[in-house]
Amino acid sequence: GKNEYDLLVIGGGSGGLACAKEAAQFGRKVAVLDYVEPSPRGTTWGIGGTCVNVGCIPKKLMHQAALLGGALKDAQHYGWNISQPVHHTWSVMAQGVQNYVKSLNWGHRMQLQEKKVKYFNIKGSFSDPHTVRGLTKAGKETVVTADNIVIATGGRPKYPNQVAGAREYGITSDDLFWLKESPGKTLPVFILYISLECAGFLTGIGLDTTVMMRSVPLRGFDQASHMSKKNQICFTTQQQMASLVTNHMESYGTKFLKRCLPTKVEKLESNRLQVTWKNADLDTEETDSFNTVMWAVGRAPDTKSLNLETVGVKTNSETGKIIVDANEATSVPHIYAVGDITEGRPELTTTAIAAGKLLAQRLFGQSSELMDYDNVPTTIFTPLEYGCVGLSEEAAVQRHGSDNIEVYHAYYKPLEFTVAERDATDCYIKMVCLREREQRMLGLHFIGPNAGEVIQGFALGIKCGATYSQIMKTVGIHPTCAEEVTKLRITKRSGLDATVTGC
Amino acid sequence: SVQAHKEEDNPQKTMEVNGLMPVPDSYDYDLIIIGGGSGGLAAAKEAAKYGKKVMVMDFVTPTPQGNSWGLGGTCVNVGCIPKKLMHQAALLGQTLQDSRKFGWEFTEEVKHNWMTMTESIQNYIGSLNWGYRVALRDKKVTYENAYGEFVGPHTVKATNKKGTEKLYTAERFIIATGERPRYLGIPGDKEYCISSDDLFSLPYCPGKTLVVGASYVALECAGFLAGLGLDVTVMVRSILLRGFDQDMANRIGEYMKEHGVHFIRKFVPIKVEQVGEGTPGLLKVTAKSTTGNQIIEGEYNTVLLAIGRNPCTRKIGLDKVGVNINETTGKIPVNDEEQTNVPYIYAVGDILQDKLELTPVAIQAGKLLVQRLYAGSTTKCDYVNVPTTVFTPLEYGACGYSEETAVEKFGEENIEVYHSYFWPLEWTVPSRDNNKCYAKIICNIQDNERVIGFHVLGPNAGEVTQGFAAAIKCGLTKKQLDSTIGIHPVCAEV
Repeated sequence: GKNEYDLLVIGGGSGGLACAKEAAQFGRKVAVLDYVEPSPRGTTWGIGGTCVNVGCIPKKLMHQAALLGGALKDAQHYGWNISQPVHHTWSVMAQGVQNYVKSLNWGHRMQLQEKKVKYFNIKGSFSDPHTVRGLTKAGKETVVTADNIVIATGGRPKYPNQVAGAREYGITSDDLFWLKESPGKTLPVFILYISLECAGFLTGIGLDTTVMMRSVPLRGFDQASHMSKKNQICFTTQQQMASLVTNHMESYGTKFLKRCLPTKVEKLESNRLQVTWKNADLDTEETDSFNTVMWAVGRAPDTKSLNLETVGVKTNSETGKIIVDANEATSVPHIYAVGDITEGRPELTTTAIAAGKLLAQRLFGQSSELMDYDNVPTTIFTPLEYGCVGLSEEAAVQRHGSDNIEVYHAYYKPLEFTVAERDATDCYIKMVCLREREQRMLGLHFIGPNAGEVIQGFALGIKCGATYSQIMKTVGIHPTCAEEVTKLRITKRSGLDATVTGC
Repeated sequence: SVQAHKEEDNPQKTMEVNGLMPVPDSYDYDLIIIGGGSGGLAAAKEAAKYGKKVMVMDFVTPTPQGNSWGLGGTCVNVGCIPKKLMHQAALLGQTLQDSRKFGWEFTEEVKHNWMTMTESIQNYIGSLNWGYRVALRDKKVTYENAYGEFVGPHTVKATNKKGTEKLYTAERFIIATGERPRYLGIPGDKEYCISSDDLFSLPYCPGKTLVVGASYVALECAGFLAGLGLDVTVMVRSILLRGFDQDMANRIGEYMKEHGVHFIRKFVPIKVEQVGEGTPGLLKVTAKSTTGNQIIEGEYNTVLLAIGRNPCTRKIGLDKVGVNINETTGKIPVNDEEQTNVPYIYAVGDILQDKLELTPVAIQAGKLLVQRLYAGSTTKCDYVNVPTTVFTPLEYGACGYSEETAVEKFGEENIEVYHSYFWPLEWTVPSRDNNKCYAKIICNIQDNERVIGFHVLGPNAGEVTQGFAAAIKCGLTKKQLDSTIGIHPVCAEV
């Protein structure tokens, strides 16, 4: 045809690469553009997108490093003679993590090459509905034309521009995972779960960490307009679960400044940062100094540089996100979008990958299967992990009315915590079901170790329309934490003590 | 009221001697449960809920080494619980190594202290024993620490440690006496070898150990002993993990071999002798090949026998009340309501013929049985698609058919096996084994590609498998599996 490529994907992240590779499977001529605008700090990275470079992957590895710190303490109880306290060196961890991430960048490059997908390291913008042009780092202009274009440019962390000094002195998750030196005494300022996860592992590796938040944890999600009410990730508005998670963090040493709003950040002579904030409860102004201030106040798509107005791709005026239909199609024919950049979708690697793949299958593989965004399971990797799938309790009440739902719950104790003398007060499971007859499961929430591993299989169950009675008929595996899900008997309605006692 | 009879002035006893035992008109108890393990206690606590008068008899015949334990049965004392805790101790040893790559600094070579671990574990078990005693008391279930055996219709004799005998009658009985480790029947086995009954409370480090057997008990024990730094050898007569998917079983064996466990295949011990005394001492084991005449010898501090378990059904007077048992295996056949051939006598747990020997199965069966007896329920225990996990160094979780059994039942052309290797993210930075973790699902093509078997080899296999088991119970198909989004990054998303 007159266009060079069958498919051009702008953005080499989870969604973009999945779509590109899938299209290539059908023998199509595919090109991928990927470019990382350096952060205000100057941090940049290779192909793979947020997940691989500054998201899920380094986050989980650093979370693991922190968990290992806990394991080292447990080990003594189990007979290992290791003298406490054990010290942590940031640079060793950072190097290990960064090396692995770089191997993934390399792996993606190799895969694209193998699948004969052309890769351009350029920042693209539209000049017409089938043409994208961009400059390489060296300044050379490249023009690419394609029959179909998929926008998968994702998002970047926001800065609170109303706070003086925020951009000059603060960092974001974009920078945290690439720091060569320890962040020291850190203040993550929070709306999103990202902040809790980071605060969690920073505390776990021994750093003095304080989380500042405007209101109650995760309530901010409702206000974060990138999340539409219809496709809420299950853990939004989960007040109960959020407080259990933060309780645990507090008991392990993370400090919280609740209902505080930062007003300015200044640099001191010592190179430390002085942060001033307003305490809403006490109606006072307070101040403290930190080595690092990390903003985690939301992510926003970088659509301005794409030149979307030129081609007429409609975006949400508030969020800047691209509006798509169930086909992932934008307002312009042959232009699609997947991943974090799309309005009303969960911001998860897994949904981006699935959506990208299905899109390629619909475009080139004669499939008509649409992406199902319901019942997407997810996990927050805080020190005590929180995994969930389906509706939150609040959403279920909103949708069905509190009389029509039944909530089964239990406080349990992981076996491994016993000998290690670890506190299990926040280990908790909650299943939200319809009240009538078979009691179909609407949502499952689990706080405890390996929450992601536990929830995954039950997500399948929800997809199969699992009911409470079917779950109860499933025999448990002993001894695990997951088996406690099959033993849920106490309802919230009964008001009885939900603590699990013995075998 | 309880009627305690002394042997001398008991007319019923006299009649027993004459072989004529009368059926009592009224009973001391509604329900007597022989065996205070997973199944027995679950049944007892459930029955108490319905206001029934219940007695639990529990007694542990000491091991040949003289070991004994409290209320709770195998799982709590010498099974699942201490096993998982020692497995955890071994895993922690590995994570200590990993942690260096994640930035944790410690220069000293880390050693393991057996006594510290065993003491902690035994303390925890003690608290569980105590917890059960209290729970029974609170629910007003009578507990007798005595050996129970049938002496006639509706009547059991309870003999305690001191030898005092009492007779009790009940309307119904549940036999839940479980099993004990089998011995080889060779010279020196009972004198010098230990079993899992002894291992978890061993008051000294076992040292260089020979594990005889290829059951999950053998492999789990060998696994954690090696993980704690001990020199471990496993002597296998034929195959590993009989009854389990053999492809998975072999992967487990390979992994253990690569991680320092020695295997001697196709040999059986024929003699165990003591070479040196001590704690541990030194033992010489002579073994013969199963395929020829070759004889080998080896010296070990400890020999752990894990060749199987025998049901405790031979010496509990079942012949006196006419309960049939399988003469070869000793197991009790029951109908789908856990009822033996004698209508008022039931059985649950490991002693049942053709049922899985798992704690949660026993608990479920016990509870449901009691609900049918006293609460008008009709729900039977669902023994299909029961998930399980083997806690070897590389854990193995499974639910449903093994590949072999699926091929046998449905035919190779009618099943599709989807499989994948995966590398847990947490293993990347410390450069741990790539391409060892593995998962496969077996689908029935003719039935909408329904998932009929699930197998995963990797960390936290139990946590991963549980949810899949629930989904399989709901009739999971491959399409539904494909359309479910994964959680990233976790192992289960594979």
